[in-house]
Amino acid sequence: MAVLDPTSVPAVRTPPRAGRKIPGLALIRSTHGLQRAMLLIGIGLIAFFVVVALLADVIAPYSFNAIRGPDGLFGTQLPPSSAHLLGTTVGGMDVLSRIIFGARTAVLVVLLATAMSIVVGVPLGVFSGYVGGWVDRVFVLVTDALYAFPSLLMAIIVSVMVSRGQSSAFGGIFAASVSITVVFVPKYFRVIRNATMSAKAEPYVDAARVAGARPARIMFGHILANVSQSLPVLATLNASEAILTLAGLGFLGFGIEPTAAAEWGYDLNKALSDVTNGIWWTGVFPGIAIVLIVAGVALVGESLNDVLNPLLRTRGGATTADEAELEAMVRSVATQPTMTDTARAHAPPSEQSPAPPSSDKEGDER
Amino acid sequence: MARYVGQRLLQMIPVFFGATLLIYALVFAMPGDPIQAMGGERGLPIAMANRIRAEYHLDQPFFVQYWYYIKGVFTLDLGMSFQRRPVFDIIAQVYPTTAKLAVYALAIEGILGVAVGLISGIRRGGIFDTSFLAVSLVVISIPTFVIGFVLQYFIGLKAGILPATATGGASWRALTLPAITLGSVSFAYVLRLTRTSVIETQTADFVRTAMAKGVTRRKVVTGHILRNSLIPVVTFLGGDLGALMGGAIVTEGVFHVNGIGHTLYRAITRGEPTTVVSIVTVLVIVIMIANLLVDLLYAALDPRIRYAK
Repeated sequence: MAVLDPTSVPAVRTPPRAGRKIPGLALIRSTHGLQRAMLLIGIGLIAFFVVVALLADVIAPYSFNAIRGPDGLFGTQLPPSSAHLLGTTVGGMDVLSRIIFGARTAVLVVLLATAMSIVVGVPLGVFSGYVGGWVDRVFVLVTDALYAFPSLLMAIIVSVMVSRGQSSAFGGIFAASVSITVVFVPKYFRVIRNATMSAKAEPYVDAARVAGARPARIMFGHILANVSQSLPVLATLNASEAILTLAGLGFLGFGIEPTAAAEWGYDLNKALSDVTNGIWWTGVFPGIAIVLIVAGVALVGESLNDVLNPLLRTRGGATTADEAELEAMVRSVATQPTMTDTARAHAPPSEQSPAPPSSDKEGDER
Repeated sequence: MARYVGQRLLQMIPVFFGATLLIYALVFAMPGDPIQAMGGERGLPIAMANRIRAEYHLDQPFFVQYWYYIKGVFTLDLGMSFQRRPVFDIIAQVYPTTAKLAVYALAIEGILGVAVGLISGIRRGGIFDTSFLAVSLVVISIPTFVIGFVLQYFIGLKAGILPATATGGASWRALTLPAITLGSVSFAYVLRLTRTSVIETQTADFVRTAMAKGVTRRKVVTGHILRNSLIPVVTFLGGDLGALMGGAIVTEGVFHVNGIGHTLYRAITRGEPTTVVSIVTVLVIVIMIANLLVDLLYAALDPRIRYAK
């Protein structure tokens, strides 16, 4: 079978894969101006936090739960000084160290949550969309039911269930990841399923089937490669929401114990009463950390969205004046008939889900 | 259209049972014995605990409990909270506040988001567009509790312009800061969505035709571009209404708004499974109705969906 498998003929494969060597580089090259700046800043921010997370043991001055150094207790709510660059918390821990170790927690949760959501949601979506029939209906029903829940509530309940009330470091990280996964699996499922529904009507699927390819091969060899272009944008949304949900859980007190791991949301919660007393360093710094890491992910997502959506792609050197742009646009419409075709193609979405993936966002961490 | 409505209504039934079964299973799988917890440190005498268990049907098998609960939902009897108050009364008391807050937030995010998004889309790449791109990215990146707290601290406490909490009653004025907090994230999304949609619509044939036949720019923008760009925005706003009606646990907590989100949070932390399940059921129904309305609105706005069947 492997020798003469007709489905491995290159023509059946997706064209864009062939010419691409380093996907990231090609992506950066395809951007310019503001878009490229956004992408690079975003990647830079994410890389920074990943490095901090990896090297937390090396760069952090103290352990995340240390309340005493060689000279005895740190003291609580101390302002920034040379011993404690960002001061100490109400619990007498070093703010800088907790922020550095908090990066580790955040990065772990993002990786775990995004990986689990994709691993569960994407194959289910391809399978359900390809097989169709009652199997599909059951899956759609379940995801619709999951959709009907307020998602932060879902996250709270799942995290209480998973961590069983006692939050060890791994237990807490795992609980937060699972609760984010539960919220995000339906989103991947929906987007991938709908894309699969339309992809399976394509001639190349028929060709593969006629050539005798097994369903598994058609689903995960042919269709998956063609429906996965919306994944990067969805994954960035997933990642940023993972951080915010983690912080939200920590803030509400369903997160990780402060002695088990450092978590920014928990520290922020504890810092709220400090602020009213004029103690700003315990709250401001973890807040900045959250904002920067989420902004990094959001910047990457935003520029990916621009790059991957051909309707939004700017031509190099486009003028900012709207008249000129409209004029250029009209000209391009006249010369490129395919543009108008794609413009009209965001037509009726398939049956169950009228929401376009771009609007796939939850009022979640409120 | 009537057929479409009927179809959508029928589809809601299995989703309702699926969702309620799911929440029931989840909440009852939560750790801890709520009845023992009621007794505090010493716990309750066994006879009394058993009596209470029987009263809440907690001694029955899972599906029997679920049956009692579904029966209660359809007879509007949501049971008693552990503080001996009918859950239905609790919901009826706090829900108007949440609804008011939701409508307020939706108005803020909808009006501002569409207006800014339209200008950004038309003047794409300009200073206005770029600065609001930055604003929306920042807003999306800040956790809601931080936005809420910052507003509360600076506008409510330091400047004293608006009430910092809604403890004195849920007047429009008292709900302003919570509504801004709630609406801020969605404002950013509405803005981005409107902008994207406006840019996409600008390339459509009918816009070119309108311009070619000499329709004024103002009319092209308001009549042709804006109207056709609103479809995904309305869908988003509708979905968001559902999410807002589901209560805002964090925001209501920060501003001490006595709404459904706060009530739910308290029920979870106190470990009252029956109250949690009842409140969530009501929320699920509300969200489902909101989603239904969105689908209908969507079909009304875009005839292609109605006739696609």
